[in-house]
Amino acid sequence: MASIALHDTAVLHDQDHGHHKETFITKYIFSQDHKMIAKQFLITGIIMAVIAMFLSVLFRLQLAWPDKSFPILETFLGKWAEGGRIRPEFYLALVTIHGTMMVFFVLTAGLSGTFSNLLIPLQIGARDMASPFINMLSYWFFFTACMIMMGSFFTQTGPASAGWTVYPPLSALPKAIPGSGIGMTLWLISMILFVASSLMGALNYISTVLNMRTKGMDMWKMPLTIWAFFLTAILGVLSFPVLVAGVVLLIFDRSFGTSFYLSDIVIAGQVLPNQGGSPILWQHLFWFLGHPEVYIVIMPALGITSEVIATNSRKPIFGYHAMVYSLIGITVLSFIVWGHHMFITGMNPFLGGVFMITTLIIAVPSAVKTFNYLATLWRGNLRFTPAMLFAIGLVSFFISGGLTGIFLGNAALDINLHDTYFVVAHFHLVMGSAAIFGMLCGVYHWFPKMFGRMMDEKLGYLHFWLTFIGAYLVFFPMHFMGLDGVPRRYYAFTEFEFMKEWLTVNVFITWAAIIAALAQVAFLWNFFYSIFYGKKATQNPWHSNTLEWTTAVKHIHGNWPGDIPTVYRWPYDYSKPGHAEDFIPQTTPFSETMSSNLPHDFEGNPEAEYIQEEWIKSHASELQTEEKV
Amino acid sequence: MVQTSADQDRINLRARKFLMWLFIISSFMLFAGLTSGFIVYTAGSVERGLKILLPQAFMYSTAVIIISSVTMHLAYLSGKRLQFNKQKLYLTLTILLGILFFIIQLSTWRWFIAHGVYFVNYNASQSFLYIFTGAHLLHVFAGLIMLIYALLGLRKNIPQVRNLFRLEVTSIFWHFIDILWIYLYVFLLLNQ
Ligand code: HEM
Ligand SMILES: [Cu+2]
Repeated sequence: MASIALHDTAVLHDQDHGHHKETFITKYIFSQDHKMIAKQFLITGIIMAVIAMFLSVLFRLQLAWPDKSFPILETFLGKWAEGGRIRPEFYLALVTIHGTMMVFFVLTAGLSGTFSNLLIPLQIGARDMASPFINMLSYWFFFTACMIMMGSFFTQTGPASAGWTVYPPLSALPKAIPGSGIGMTLWLISMILFVASSLMGALNYISTVLNMRTKGMDMWKMPLTIWAFFLTAILGVLSFPVLVAGVVLLIFDRSFGTSFYLSDIVIAGQVLPNQGGSPILWQHLFWFLGHPEVYIVIMPALGITSEVIATNSRKPIFGYHAMVYSLIGITVLSFIVWGHHMFITGMNPFLGGVFMITTLIIAVPSAVKTFNYLATLWRGNLRFTPAMLFAIGLVSFFISGGLTGIFLGNAALDINLHDTYFVVAHFHLVMGSAAIFGMLCGVYHWFPKMFGRMMDEKLGYLHFWLTFIGAYLVFFPMHFMGLDGVPRRYYAFTEFEFMKEWLTVNVFITWAAIIAALAQVAFLWNFFYSIFYGKKATQNPWHSNTLEWTTAVKHIHGNWPGDIPTVYRWPYDYSKPGHAEDFIPQTTPFSETMSSNLPHDFEGNPEAEYIQEEWIKSHASELQTEEKV
Repeated sequence: MVQTSADQDRINLRARKFLMWLFIISSFMLFAGLTSGFIVYTAGSVERGLKILLPQAFMYSTAVIIISSVTMHLAYLSGKRLQFNKQKLYLTLTILLGILFFIIQLSTWRWFIAHGVYFVNYNASQSFLYIFTGAHLLHVFAGLIMLIYALLGLRKNIPQVRNLFRLEVTSIFWHFIDILWIYLYVFLLLNQ
């Protein structure tokens, strides 16, 4: 029986890993290799980011020069910019699709999809994901979602225009505004595919982390990147289905005449039959996903930053356990704060108070992480690689944007600030800029692992400084507009007396945005040029401890040619006193580092402690002479 | 070498089975979202709410799906004991019971319509009835496909590890569908 079983699994093995010949299609297109899928996610994500950024430049033009005509716009956009001026309906479509693409396609799929796929198997020591096939599907669902969303630009009535949160009734009534028609339908289809893609990815990430770690890699030896990706995936699994629930009801309202969200509506003098629905219901369902979603966006970026900051400070990350517990804290708390997006929906003030308290509590783990980054940097042996600069940039944005969150979390203040530019400033700093910087930081850091070549440092610095300064110049002034009560998503500042004085600021912001957008050319050139012509990378260019740098530069299916390496220590043994080099890879056993081992390294194993003590005794004289020298 | 690859596959199958558990969690969240939506909606006004007694048919369908869980478990046990004929029999029974459940659930929709409880309704609490049962039926449909897949594997004489793997994954899912229905039924009973 036993022999049969073995035989059976051997057959199974062949089926699964099949060492069949790779064709162009199986290698580059329908690839099931996590490293290739990571690159697919990254490049698709970058393209989506460029498109979404371009959309933002378009609506910034409108905000800065609402009365001016740009004939070139008409050439490209046709009737959307008749007479060279962006039409109001198209303005709404632009902000909606910009937000949707940035939040979901770039910072969720582009970020998690790239780095969870690349790093989870490589850093925990696995040959691939739990199900490479589902992993491949995850990419192709994402790709289709992107195509459908883009496709909505080519419809008669234009893309969805109800904002990235698609509140009903604008999203529920096909006749409400032009964007509520086919554009909204395409938006919903695209999002369903996107959610399916995210779920398939997340299921794989969780299962892989829990079941496929190499020997010695217990949970507390995992790099913080893996912790972050793992908890992000958990957030996704628990929150995305709730969005699906909301979307299902929305679809029935749109197309089948139900009234989950609709009531008492008059369009163009005509009373609609829908009665009894509640638009607030959508807000609950949406923000139950929506708030966790913002942490789905930031947590991978935080994980990446932890790794990059520790490596480039040549210091152990400060408070590894605290970092993990604060990630866990954020994960749990992010499910009970969604009401802070709904303070002005007329919710019971007591309930508002509860949400206010939970919201302010979630600032605590966020602050713990910030302090730990700063403490890691403090007196480190800093190496300012481009990746490191972007990591520091993330910390900066996370602080400056997080502080305004504390204002918004107070219901009394938020009632005034809600839906103003203050909120826009808050989330573009804390989420938009911070997460983009985390993503770019990851790209610069793991580029050698992905493509076997290095990116150019000088262009990296240029890219960093222009983007960093540009982002602050764009988003910082918005705080003041918000404090003055300027609402978000308004088409023309010329229409309201009190908003006119902000026109000059808008011109300034738009110029800053254009310069920051142009700065991305430095990145794009650097990225695509280096894929083909960059300097050849060495195996461990940053002198890192983690497992991915033990694999060869050239990718192979299954990652390690022989056995998967065993792990003996945590990933942050940088500059450990007593060791000759300033890093000790996770695969180095303690028996090879007798001169630097510490009592707590042995986790209470008496035999190992005894051996170490004996070694110290027998080497005591040597150690002392060394110290004297 | 054989030993290590066998080990690895065991890990890999475990990881894949775990995918099913995770899928169940996400699917449970979908229903948690829908039922919370129902609560939030219904609490909004006294005019809302189910305002009917649930049909008798739900009792029958509940009985059918519980029995199908039993036959599913028997199929699993026989598969484990290498009694493939019995496994085939119990799988077929489970499929038939699943189809029966499907039909009874659809018949309740007729009953609802006959009693004036329409899907398009100003009292969306009643529309939710269709959403709950419909979303659950989608899961039953997926479960039926998995059952058929497991049955086909048996026909094609796939290796026992594979067979057992399919059986296990299918039975996890089928029991989940069963429990999910009981959850929904109790939820509706408490709200009727
Ligand atoms: C220090 C902790 C934080 C607090 C207390 C906080 C609080 C808030 C509050 C109360 C709002 C609602 C404002 C309104 O619409 O009136 C808000 C909006 C928002 N926050 Fe935060 N936040 C924090 C951190 C974050 C982080 C880390 C992210 C993302 C990574 C984030 C992303 C967002 C987004 C995207 C919105 C706007 C959503 C929209 O209406 O379009 N926040 N925040
Ligand atoms: Cu929030």
